[in-house]
Amino acid sequence: MTAALIFLALLMGVVVWWLVRQTINVKPWVASAPQGIQSGVGFLPPSKLALGVLLAVITSLFALFISAYSIRMEVADWRPLPEPALLWVNTAVLFAASVGLQWAWRGAARENWPAVRRGTAVGAACALAFMIGQLIAWRQLTAAGYLVAGNPANSFFYLLTGLHVLHLLGGLVALMKTGGYVRAQAAAQARTGVELCAVYWHFLFVVWLILFGLLLST
Amino acid sequence: MAQVAHDAVTDADLGPFEIEDPELYHPKTFIGKYIWSQDAKVIAVQYGITAIAIGLVALALSILMRLQLGWPDAFSLIQPANYLQFVTMHGMIMVIYLLTALFLGGFGNYLIPLMCGARDMVFPYVNMVSYWVYLAAVLILVASFFVPGGPTGAGWTLYPPQAVVGGTPGTGAGIILMLISLCVFIVGFTMGGLNYVVTVLQARTRGMTLMRLPLTVWGIFMATVLALLAFPALFVSCIMMILDSLIGTSFFMPAMIAEGQQTAYDGGSPILFQHLFWFFGHPEVYIVALPAFGIVSDVLSTHARKNIFGYRMMVWAIVAIGALSFVVWAHHMYVSGMNPYFGFFFATTTLIIAVPTAIKVYNWVLTLWRGNIQLTVPMLFAIGFIFTFINGGLTGLFLGNVTVDLPLSDTYFVVAHFHMVMAVSPVLVVFGAIYHWYPKITGKMLDDTLGKVHFWMTFLGTYAIYYPMHYLGFEGMPRRYYAYGTDTAFMSQSAHTLNEAISIAAIFVAIAQMVFLYNIVRSLTKGKEAGPNPWNATTLEWQTPHTPPRHGNFDELPSVYRWAYDYGVPGAEQDFIPQNVPSEELAAARAKDEGAQGEGKADG
Repeated sequence: MTAALIFLALLMGVVVWWLVRQTINVKPWVASAPQGIQSGVGFLPPSKLALGVLLAVITSLFALFISAYSIRMEVADWRPLPEPALLWVNTAVLFAASVGLQWAWRGAARENWPAVRRGTAVGAACALAFMIGQLIAWRQLTAAGYLVAGNPANSFFYLLTGLHVLHLLGGLVALMKTGGYVRAQAAAQARTGVELCAVYWHFLFVVWLILFGLLLST
Repeated sequence: MAQVAHDAVTDADLGPFEIEDPELYHPKTFIGKYIWSQDAKVIAVQYGITAIAIGLVALALSILMRLQLGWPDAFSLIQPANYLQFVTMHGMIMVIYLLTALFLGGFGNYLIPLMCGARDMVFPYVNMVSYWVYLAAVLILVASFFVPGGPTGAGWTLYPPQAVVGGTPGTGAGIILMLISLCVFIVGFTMGGLNYVVTVLQARTRGMTLMRLPLTVWGIFMATVLALLAFPALFVSCIMMILDSLIGTSFFMPAMIAEGQQTAYDGGSPILFQHLFWFFGHPEVYIVALPAFGIVSDVLSTHARKNIFGYRMMVWAIVAIGALSFVVWAHHMYVSGMNPYFGFFFATTTLIIAVPTAIKVYNWVLTLWRGNIQLTVPMLFAIGFIFTFINGGLTGLFLGNVTVDLPLSDTYFVVAHFHMVMAVSPVLVVFGAIYHWYPKITGKMLDDTLGKVHFWMTFLGTYAIYYPMHYLGFEGMPRRYYAYGTDTAFMSQSAHTLNEAISIAAIFVAIAQMVFLYNIVRSLTKGKEAGPNPWNATTLEWQTPHTPPRHGNFDELPSVYRWAYDYGVPGAEQDFIPQNVPSEELAAARAKDEGAQGEGKADG
């Protein structure tokens, strides 16, 4: 459970530090007029905060899977499977997807809509290509006799890669919605949408790097 | 103590709100208003009704269990397999589908926007979907009663391998439906949880600083943070167990012979499941307890007409309990065969958690100390909670120690402990909260006499159920047994008599809940008009222009000038000052009052 514990300890540390900083040296029993603006606002708009919370939940999910992986690995029946070379290509494709959305994000900040359209198209296309690539990698492994229930190493490989692809699929739905805003030239929504999608893509790329590293090293 | 500041600031000087009012969804049809509603208050009531409905199923299951235990073999419809299914479904429904859903989905939805001074949750649409996903989870769970083999009988902890292999009731569709239902529940909860966290952090009204939030909001907020981080552990274990069960992976399933056959499983680790399950399971205790802690603080303060003792300590205790709850999970696994140092670590963390918890208990008692205590029905339940929680908490100190836990593990002592601390205590708070906020939700008061009958029957009845169970546990009576016979010949005859008495008490408590339901339904039409603020409370939900509050909650969003606990402030005209009352208004009222007194003296 080390991975999950480290992550949660860090996260709870941040939560506690932030809350204590907010609440220390405050005398709640003293009445006073509100200071200027609405409290609680200012550090992040709601949608960005919501994405941050969602990413914490997803990180918790993957950290727990990684913990389970490392505990199950200790048992003698664990036989590592060879990672298909295609995974390196897929990694590059997912990186390109991230770069595409970063491009779109920069475009949105400068209201350069053609760049936004091209960037999101690259991001979506590369994400799709990554998913197809992962499917092909699955088929290669199955063809080579590494079936899902054959060995816990296989089971974890399919489970972790499958779950990662599902998260990317969810991201594609959000990206399609953002694409709608871009086409309708709803500037504010498109800007926020592109930014959120870009952050999510980067996040999933980092998650993939960690998972891939884990699969390669064990 | 409140200091009344005399800075003459009016709303006009405060500048604009940073966040514009959200565009509210305006329903035009009955279905839009009450079924597919995006109003957090309607969603809260939907959550509440669904949770209580499924909770009644769990109540009925507990009575069936008690019938078997009190009068073994008298009821032919309760077979051993059914008994295990009743145990399992009762536990799971109570913990997840009733308490978690009711505290966070029910009270969270109703109270967070109102108490923070917001018009609604930040993402109303996601909030609506959250409820419908929760309902789907409940329906999937209920469906498992009707599949071949019935629901799972693996115990609410669903430990593999017995949850998956033949011999346990419901290993076919039953366990799969249970696991799917849990996954669906978690997805639904995550949608709601995002809303609760973001609304508390981002949508508080002007002047509502974090340290002016009522403790109810603090409790629900921290419980939501815990739930968002802990539920993934349950999700992970459910997914892996579904794969073990359906396609024959060996995540948790070891090589074994089941029903005389060698299974295809090999090498899986049942202990891994236990780690994952309790990594969720222990924070779950606090997911249920923290909202109860928050609500009970507000109820005590309001009905004792006194500010909460040690507000800042209360907040930090909530945060500390939340953080610590992630490092105590293995105290549920002392008998699984762990390294003694590991056990020592978890016993230590478990006992450390008693410190912030004790701070809270002392502060509740000190809030009552020399307060102007009103023994209203919500207050009775709140005081009942303090008693029950102290009792359940103290037996927790026994079980937290490895050496004491080993002989008591899997006995009725454990059953008595967790029912006192995380079943009866939060349920008493649920009742107190319903009696406290029902007047705001419906505009009608609940009947006082029926409420008092309900309280005393429930409070005394639950003690009659769970107090004797401690003795049964000391005697070694194991839990989850259908019948006690040759295997448990060490049990004295009086233990069986005691079981009969416990069953009678359980039926008595179940009848008390019918009084409550009758009161709820009857008061909808026949209850006394409540008025906007029947308890003379300070928090914002009691200051709404309409009762019940309309969609959007407030006409104009309130500005907050003070904390939620200005009761019995020296020099104030009334014994409470609402959070949205500015200081200069008070000063003016006092000046007017003094003037009137002066004139009176002159006349005399």
